[in-house]
Amino acid sequence: MSPASLPISITDLRKSYGNYVALDDVTLDIAAGEFLTLLGPSGSGKTTLLMALAGFVRPERGALLVGGRDVTRLPPNKRDIGVVFQNYALFPHMSVWENVEYPLRLRGVPKAQARERAEAALRRMELSGFGARDIAALSGGQRQRVALARAIVFEPRVMLMDEPLSALDKNLREQMQFEIRKLHDDLGVTTIYVTHDQREALTMSDRIAVMNAGRIQHIDAPQEIYRRPKNRFVANFMGEANIFPVATLQGLGAGRLPREDLAMIRAENFELDPASLGDDRVEVTGRLVSKAFRGENWLLNLETVDGHQLMLSMTANRAAACGDFKIGDELRAYASSTHVHVLEEARTQ
Amino acid sequence: MSDPSLLREQRRERMFFLSLAAPAIILVGVAAMVPILWILRQSFLTLAGEATLGNYEKILSSGLTWSSLVVTLELSLSTLALCMVLGIPLALALASASRRVANLALILIMLPLWTSILVRTYGWLVLLRKDGLVNTTLASLGLTDQPLPLVYNFTGALIGMTHYMLPLFVLPVYAAMRDIDGNLVRAAASLGAGFWRCVATIILRLAFSGIASGSMIVFIYTLGFFITPAVLGGGKVNPIAIRIERTLSTFQDWGSASALGMLLLIMVLIAGCMFFAIRRLSGERIRHA
Repeated sequence: MSPASLPISITDLRKSYGNYVALDDVTLDIAAGEFLTLLGPSGSGKTTLLMALAGFVRPERGALLVGGRDVTRLPPNKRDIGVVFQNYALFPHMSVWENVEYPLRLRGVPKAQARERAEAALRRMELSGFGARDIAALSGGQRQRVALARAIVFEPRVMLMDEPLSALDKNLREQMQFEIRKLHDDLGVTTIYVTHDQREALTMSDRIAVMNAGRIQHIDAPQEIYRRPKNRFVANFMGEANIFPVATLQGLGAGRLPREDLAMIRAENFELDPASLGDDRVEVTGRLVSKAFRGENWLLNLETVDGHQLMLSMTANRAAACGDFKIGDELRAYASSTHVHVLEEARTQ
Repeated sequence: MSDPSLLREQRRERMFFLSLAAPAIILVGVAAMVPILWILRQSFLTLAGEATLGNYEKILSSGLTWSSLVVTLELSLSTLALCMVLGIPLALALASASRRVANLALILIMLPLWTSILVRTYGWLVLLRKDGLVNTTLASLGLTDQPLPLVYNFTGALIGMTHYMLPLFVLPVYAAMRDIDGNLVRAAASLGAGFWRCVATIILRLAFSGIASGSMIVFIYTLGFFITPAVLGGGKVNPIAIRIERTLSTFQDWGSASALGMLLLIMVLIAGCMFFAIRRLSGERIRHA
């Protein structure tokens, strides 16, 4: 089972419902065999974009090309795209086998051969021996695997997944993230994955497209998008981001930055002890407003003299002293200049 | 839930609710069971009041009984078939319409139920007779040379009965279709099913219990239909309900009429059991997946 994968090209795709613009001229190119995640809050347009690719949403204008073929007006049943739905969408009146055989039977595969291929897909999802069961008799994780087996069994060359793990509990979800990624790597099929969970996106993706208000805000590799977000929205959505004017910062590193720019420093990149950093660093002073112990780290909330909020994340073994700090204490936090990211949006203003 | 004190509370609550239902249960028991038992007794008595099996021998040996049974089944099955042909697409359209449109359409569909069956039946008479609206319209359009025999026959009775039963058929079917998760339909499409395949393999299967309920209502209800075939059948269509009425009004034969009544009751019970069995068999797998 190694179907050739296809590239996807989306050009100026637009969809609106009344005054609400769900997709605001989205352009996006996805390489063959890539794992791309559409990440964004609810209402950002990520699901609309996925449904347009699957054929359930008719765009007003724009073009969708799969492997160079224009599928913009093609009905969903002619697209040969594997879709995994949020609630699995397994057919409750069919057994596991019948569910997985369904796309094959529609394609005229003889019964015996369909059963063989369904069994192979189930084996790949570690569900051998479950074929005769009813859907109602399966756990959430097992249903998820059946849904995946059904989506891959007809060897689609593009896979779409709409928050497939959102109904699972945390441990199973993290395990399935690796399994789905492995499935993708084994099959090599172009995959577009929708989620609102930034950690899930970081874990699984080749590239992440962060969406908001019907637009792609930033598209890049996970590390790049985490460290150097294009704007405030992306910075905040990808993790704990401290954003404030460069003028608030002191120290050697701050001197080289234009003072009217906005700087972003991730909460975990602050240090309380300057000794571990070189001279090329920035500093910021603030009063402790609140603190919390969260197991692997301490969270410290500071407020600077000019009123900016600051969140520091100290790994617990690095910050034994955090427990002794009292509310109102004045703290000085340091960060290496390499961890100061200047947001593009301030420059363009 | 395994706490015994909670279980006791639950049982007490259940008894309380049961006592609230008592008046209705007593009313149904008295108003329905007593007459049925009285008819049952009557069917085994001669006119003079002696015990006999003669009433049953008489009706079962009469060709009129068998022909009226055949007509009854023909009418009920034809009505059911027409309700399915007209009602399933209607329910599908309602289920896929927006909630607001669907509610409005449902009110329109239910509207006929607010008028008396007698009024509606005579309304059909006005529409369907030789110089009625349908025939005059067809003639003035030049579509027919002579009036179509639409009433005072089987066709007339069938039209009237279908009109009466259609809303009662559509309601449970619509409810079942509306409950189908839209993602299932989308999943079927993404896996390669076109519209008709999707209807056949997903929608009709998942709406099956609703269709079975609607069918049961139509079939059982129409087994005992009287007014519509009496008015629109013009004396030529005589299902068992009309046979019973004739036996009473013409021959004053309470014994035979009661035996015919029991025959009808047995038919209804058999039909009911069949529908429940079908639903049971098909519904086993679907239980909240």
